Amino acid sequence: MIEVGLTHFLVVSSFLFAFGLYAILTRKNAILVLMGVELVLNAANINFVAFSRYGNLGLNGQLMALFVIVLAAAEAAIALAIVLNIYKTFGHVNVDEIDNLKE
Amino acid sequence: MSESNLISLAVTILFLPLIGFFIVLLFGKRFKQLYKFEVGIITVALLLSIFTGVVKLTNYFNNIIITQFTWIDLGNVPSIGHLSINLGIMIDNITVIMLFVVTLISTLVHYFSIAYMEGDARFSRYFAYLGIFTFSMLGIVIADNLLMIYIFWELVGLSSYLLIGFWYEKKSASDASMKAFLANRIGDIGMFIGILILFTNYHTFSFQDIFQNIANGVVPFGSNGWLTAAGILVFMGAVGKSAQVPLHIWLPDAMEGPTPVSALIHAATMVAAGVYLVARIFALLTADAMLVIAVVGTVTSIFAATIALTQNDIKKVLAYSTVSQLGYMIMALGVGAYKFAFFHLVTHAFFKGLMFLGSGSVIHSMHHEQDMRQMGGLKKKMPITYITFLIGTLAISGVPLTSGFLSKDGLLAGTWAFADLTGHYLIPIIGFTVALMTAFYMFRLVLMTFHGEPRNQHKFDNAHESPKLMTIPLIILAALSIFIFYTPNPVAPSEGWFFNWIKTPQSVVPEEARFDFMKSDAHKVEGSLNKDVHGSGSENAAITYSEMYEHAMHKVHYPAMIISVIFAVLGILLAFLMYEWKKIDPDKLAEKLKPLYNLSYHKWYIDEIYSFLFVERLLDLSRFISWFDATVVDGIVNYSATLTRGIANITGWFDTYIVDGLVNFTAFISGFVGLSLRKIQTGKVQTYIVYVVFSVIIILLILRPF
Repeated sequence: MIEVGLTHFLVVSSFLFAFGLYAILTRKNAILVLMGVELVLNAANINFVAFSRYGNLGLNGQLMALFVIVLAAAEAAIALAIVLNIYKTFGHVNVDEIDNLKE
Repeated sequence: MSESNLISLAVTILFLPLIGFFIVLLFGKRFKQLYKFEVGIITVALLLSIFTGVVKLTNYFNNIIITQFTWIDLGNVPSIGHLSINLGIMIDNITVIMLFVVTLISTLVHYFSIAYMEGDARFSRYFAYLGIFTFSMLGIVIADNLLMIYIFWELVGLSSYLLIGFWYEKKSASDASMKAFLANRIGDIGMFIGILILFTNYHTFSFQDIFQNIANGVVPFGSNGWLTAAGILVFMGAVGKSAQVPLHIWLPDAMEGPTPVSALIHAATMVAAGVYLVARIFALLTADAMLVIAVVGTVTSIFAATIALTQNDIKKVLAYSTVSQLGYMIMALGVGAYKFAFFHLVTHAFFKGLMFLGSGSVIHSMHHEQDMRQMGGLKKKMPITYITFLIGTLAISGVPLTSGFLSKDGLLAGTWAFADLTGHYLIPIIGFTVALMTAFYMFRLVLMTFHGEPRNQHKFDNAHESPKLMTIPLIILAALSIFIFYTPNPVAPSEGWFFNWIKTPQSVVPEEARFDFMKSDAHKVEGSLNKDVHGSGSENAAITYSEMYEHAMHKVHYPAMIISVIFAVLGILLAFLMYEWKKIDPDKLAEKLKPLYNLSYHKWYIDEIYSFLFVERLLDLSRFISWFDATVVDGIVNYSATLTRGIANITGWFDTYIVDGLVNFTAFISGFVGLSLRKIQTGKVQTYIVYVVFSVIIILLILRPF
């Protein structure tokens, strides 16, 4: 039985980060993009907690993870509000069609 | 009364009319009665000049009163030394006589004009102009130097221009004023050159100083020829002002001005200025210059007289008669009959002024009709005008007991004596012929105007005697045309007081350049000449040159008188035969002598000749210059324009293709780069994130923190 160590956590969080990034980059729907963002944040949380457990950071890492969760909630609230406004303006939430910044 | 007081008086007389001019000109529009001020001021000037004359002729009879002041001090001029330009005033006997003549006629004309110009739109301006004219004329009279004379000379020209063109709405009047101005200008150029010849040599304008220099043997540029030239050139000014041939053309045209102006300017004063000028420079005239002057005068007198024979305009006849009489005066000066020339100047001023005012009276009552063929029989309607006019006519014709008889007769005797002494017999012959013509055409005028049946009944019915303001000046002038004002003896002017007021100036020209009879008395005449002069005997006593002239004058005095009276009577008789008793039909005579008649009627075609010779040639020159301008000058301008355009085209091409090309190329590059780069900028957030991710990966790979 292999002992679960820091590496395992980091691998999981890397996958999670990669999936999140993939979702952000490829999804059309803004909601799905936001979900990708959540994945990326949670990957970071896993890293914080893992480093808190195996490193000598003490509780600082776990506290940081808590902060990130709170931030993610706030971010989700704001982002959803933006998405709603986008929907109001364009009638859809497809990020690849919203390229007004170009002009 | 000291001499300096006389000078101040003369200056006062000079400036009074100028004050009148300014006040009337500036305020005349607002105060309609202001012309009375001008009339009053000129009357004061008349009274002052009478006073001046009396004082001068009684207290200072032989003095020439001169005062000078420095006008411009030029300081030390290289190669000349101290140079200053002095002006001054000279009062001698002829000055005070002229002062009187000018102010008297001016005053009478002022009064006459009040009635004549009544209702004119520019009534007060007219009086202002009369004021400035009188001022300028008086300036010529009292000047003691050529410069001042020249200045006032031009002022006279200006004021005569203003007065001739007074009714400038009429084209003929404004043309006439221009013509007068230009003709005068031509003469003035010569006069100015003459003055400068004298000034260059003597560094002074003063008559006395110039005469003094010449008397000391200094002649211009060391040659008598230059002295002659100076005399003739200054005389050219007189040719212009006194309307001598060939510059006489302006005077008849000047009749477009108001008639009182014609009386003042073109009969009595302005035209006399030329004669006055020649009288002033008389002392420096050489024999050659005098001969030229005499010839010009003679030609003028016969020339104008022939034209006057056939004119129908009452003022034109008088104008040509004036030219003819001025020719007489100039001729007399040329032959050395100085006293008679001046005498005639004065008497002529009075009787010609009288006749012009008389014609003004006629024209006024005929409602501005000037053609004599429309007149006739006016003597019943206008008895005062008729009688005064008749007196003037008798005077100009040289009938005994008139002033004209005295002066004209003496003048003709002078030319005869001159001919006796020098052999120029053509001059007196022409002189006497002119006397005949004068008597004829003047009586023709009188008979056509005042005698016979009225030719235009309508105008005749409306004619009336002029108001007192107009007739009283006529009466005064008519009185002055009687002999008694000049001499107690009606046949011998030289016994009269007037004649003795005038003194012939002693010639200062070098002896060899004088006529024999004008040589100084220090030398005695050779025996042979002596015999010539005396005719018969008294060879033993040598006589002086001035005695020689006196003898010659004395010898011809009575014959000249008799001949001139006979000629005058002949002329009058001829006029009566043709126009009163109708024994000779003038029209048939004119038909018979058609070429001569036409020549005279068309004034010898002088205007046409001048028009052809000068005006047309000037137009030709102008046309040539215009052509030159249009082709050569414009050509050059156009060529340079084309050249500039060519250069501009090249520059333009360079600008378009090279400069703009570079700019556009730069812009194109930027645009190209921009176009290429804009593809990166999709506006899609996800694309940007991809960039960020890859960039981070690349940075990580480069930095290799692990």
